[in-house]
Amino acid sequence: MSFAEPAALPVANSAAPRLHVLKRYSSGFKASLPAYLLLLPSLIFLALFTYGAMGRVLIDALYQRTTPKAPVRFVGLDNISAVLADPAFTGAVVNNLIYAVGTAIPSIGLALLFALALARTNVVTSALRAALFLPVLIPMVAASALFLFIFLPNVGLLDYYIGRLLPVLPNWLGDPDIALSAIMVITIWKNAGYYMLFFLAGLQAVPEDVMEAAHLDGAGPFQRLRYIILPELKPTFLFVIVIATLNAVTQVDHVFVMTKGGPANSTNLVLFYIYQQAVEHYDIGKASAATLLTLAALMGLTALSFRTLANREGGP
Amino acid sequence: MTLLDRLWKDAPLATRNEITPKLGFVLTVLLALVWLIPFLWMGVATLRPPSDGFNLMAELMPSLKPTLDNVRDAWEIGDFPRYTLNTTIICAGILMVQFVTITLAGFAFARLEFAGKTLIFYLFLMQLMLVPVLLIVPNLTLVAQLGLYDTLTGVMMPFFASAFGTFLMRQAFEAIPTELEDAALIDGAGLFQRIRHIYVPLSMPSFSAFAIISVTSHWNDFLWPLMVINSPDKRPLTVGLSVFTATAEGTQAWGTIAAGTLMVIAPLLVTFLIFQKRFISSFVTSGIK
Repeated sequence: MSFAEPAALPVANSAAPRLHVLKRYSSGFKASLPAYLLLLPSLIFLALFTYGAMGRVLIDALYQRTTPKAPVRFVGLDNISAVLADPAFTGAVVNNLIYAVGTAIPSIGLALLFALALARTNVVTSALRAALFLPVLIPMVAASALFLFIFLPNVGLLDYYIGRLLPVLPNWLGDPDIALSAIMVITIWKNAGYYMLFFLAGLQAVPEDVMEAAHLDGAGPFQRLRYIILPELKPTFLFVIVIATLNAVTQVDHVFVMTKGGPANSTNLVLFYIYQQAVEHYDIGKASAATLLTLAALMGLTALSFRTLANREGGP
Repeated sequence: MTLLDRLWKDAPLATRNEITPKLGFVLTVLLALVWLIPFLWMGVATLRPPSDGFNLMAELMPSLKPTLDNVRDAWEIGDFPRYTLNTTIICAGILMVQFVTITLAGFAFARLEFAGKTLIFYLFLMQLMLVPVLLIVPNLTLVAQLGLYDTLTGVMMPFFASAFGTFLMRQAFEAIPTELEDAALIDGAGLFQRIRHIYVPLSMPSFSAFAIISVTSHWNDFLWPLMVINSPDKRPLTVGLSVFTATAEGTQAWGTIAAGTLMVIAPLLVTFLIFQKRFISSFVTSGIK
């Protein structure tokens, strides 16, 4: 028997009696020991950096602490109320909401357009897909370095080619009213090609014969999009919306490189606020409180993401 | 028949022969070109001689006398070989440990029955739910307590276990017929031998998909190494590039910044262009990360 040719082997029939020896174990602790030993390496690291981290956030949020050493002073919910009363935090939350909606809608819309246009595979569409996917692969820091020049006043790429047509040349990253939108452009540029992949995968599940039948019945492209394709893509939509929202909270590298949250806190996002509190102000208590609030806010969303995942497993 | 018609000849979704989808296609082509502009500028600016002056920096037309001066300057200002080495160590180190942890855990979930299986499965799911990026503050505290602050190991450690990888391997292992393992068992193969000689070789596509996702995400990671690393000689590429950009921006050396950026993103871009299909299918798989 050659292990190199799995395709030639019969697939296990669930009705056939299974010889599988490991099923002979009952599920007592002793019988479970091999499994526990196999899981141990993963569980150690998960315990340290996931469950433990979650626990430490909870505890740290209750203490006033300014060094990485043990908690120094119990302050109860003071950190939470301090964070909630901090205009920099509430501002960051508002910015992050604007940023999330303002990046998710355009990048998902573009992703759908790209996927619909490039659903067919040939040399040209492959090249176009690759072009649209390239930004996904590069570090956000590198994207920021490129866009720093694009947004440079007067001599930057944007002003050089388009800005000259405007009556007044805006300072794209220096104007508090524009800076957040400028940052959002980078995110849309970077993520649309990523979401496109999920729509491309989703489109493969649209039954070709139904499309063909609708075509023969005289349904126009928009009717087919509205009544066949979009309903079929519903799980994909939910899924991509969840990913886009998580990205909006977790991608902040461009804020570090381009604006440091400025000007006037106009591009400060929640994760950057957490970083500032922890690293710049050494206020672990406040940083933990902000982390806790953010995690709590994301819990509902991630619950949704699992429901979406479950749907995806059942469907395409 | 125009080129566009030929492209649409056997288009799926019955969208052929109609004007609206063609408009969508043309729009997509135009946007794809717009999407490439930052890359185009990076290439052109890298090769533009500094003598062209600052005002021509935004020209997308390549200079008639291309030069590698910017590349040389970037190479001298930033310690790119060192950054690349650090990033390579980080990505390889994480991946090696992950391969071990996800293989063992994936096998346990795929093939073994044990007390508390569902509970432990949910514990793994929790990692996906907690959004690791947000746990940087407690994890930095822990890394400091473990004496791993300012070490590459400290950068790697939080990623040694991967719930996503475990689920991926569980799925791959479940697809392998149990008859294979039974045969090996009759031949007297121990547990690790069966994993090593049956499950691992038959799951190579899943391993490579996971490797692509893992390396890409850690190659590009910035915030966590920024917090853990203090010494300049331990910086990974992303942190190195941000420091380099901040320095060069002050001197308005945009050609040098373009060259530095090119050096940082070239390895992944080249790998992608070679293994395009594999990258894309891995990223589709990674939707559940």
